[in-house]
Amino acid sequence: MQLPRLDTRELLAIYAGGVIGAVTRVGLLEALPYADGEWPWATFAANMAGAVLLGLLVTRLQERLPPSTYRRPLLGTGLCGAMTTFATLQLELFDMLEGGYAALAAGYAAATLCVGFACVHLATAAARRTRRVR
Amino acid sequence: MSAATWAALGLVGGAGALARFLLDALVSERGDSFPFGTLAVNLSGAVLLGLLAGIALDGGARTIVASGGLGSYTTFSTLMLESHRLGETGRPRLLWLNLVLSLAAGLIAVAIGHLIGAAL
Repeated sequence: MQLPRLDTRELLAIYAGGVIGAVTRVGLLEALPYADGEWPWATFAANMAGAVLLGLLVTRLQERLPPSTYRRPLLGTGLCGAMTTFATLQLELFDMLEGGYAALAAGYAAATLCVGFACVHLATAAARRTRRVR
Repeated sequence: MSAATWAALGLVGGAGALARFLLDALVSERGDSFPFGTLAVNLSGAVLLGLLAGIALDGGARTIVASGGLGSYTTFSTLMLESHRLGETGRPRLLWLNLVLSLAAGLIAVAIGHLIGAAL
């Protein structure tokens, strides 16, 4: 295995996006705390918002806008990647199952995957309805 | 939460995003049609978060390392985007495999991490 050639400015863009994404997500966690047996709205909202943003961004960058060097690393890999989380989602599911809230865990897992997929799908369709910029 | 904790979780979150990019680049370099890079990132992050929960790390350190670092390292948006694109390019089986495998293996990963952490 070998890393591709690394571009320092690209790495800085990913880092900067990651800082903003992490602070945004933890800000949501602080604003919307949840107790055992409740729906984790903060993680859910961060994941859905990030899925919409990434669907819009990647579709526009790949299919609608002229090539750009730093938008995808900053906003896609950095911001959307860090604003959304997989590990926290899984730990929330694990805690629900351990606490005996199996129905909540099933509902939360199903809703996260279904609504998340729908977010990317609708965002992709919306981006494709916009005009191509040359 | 103190300003120092906010600053630290932001800085660690940026590092998490970079680590994700690098591991994904390493794994994806093989050029598979299945997104193994994101899977590797998400499962490794799930093990580590389970481990932190298992050793009962809490307070500011937990916010910084778990929410800031591992939260940013792992990603849900890319998992969804890559799954969606698998479906669009006529690979619905890989789409379902990606979703089911990520969810099931992710839960097992957290459980394994939790067991290890609790035993430490």
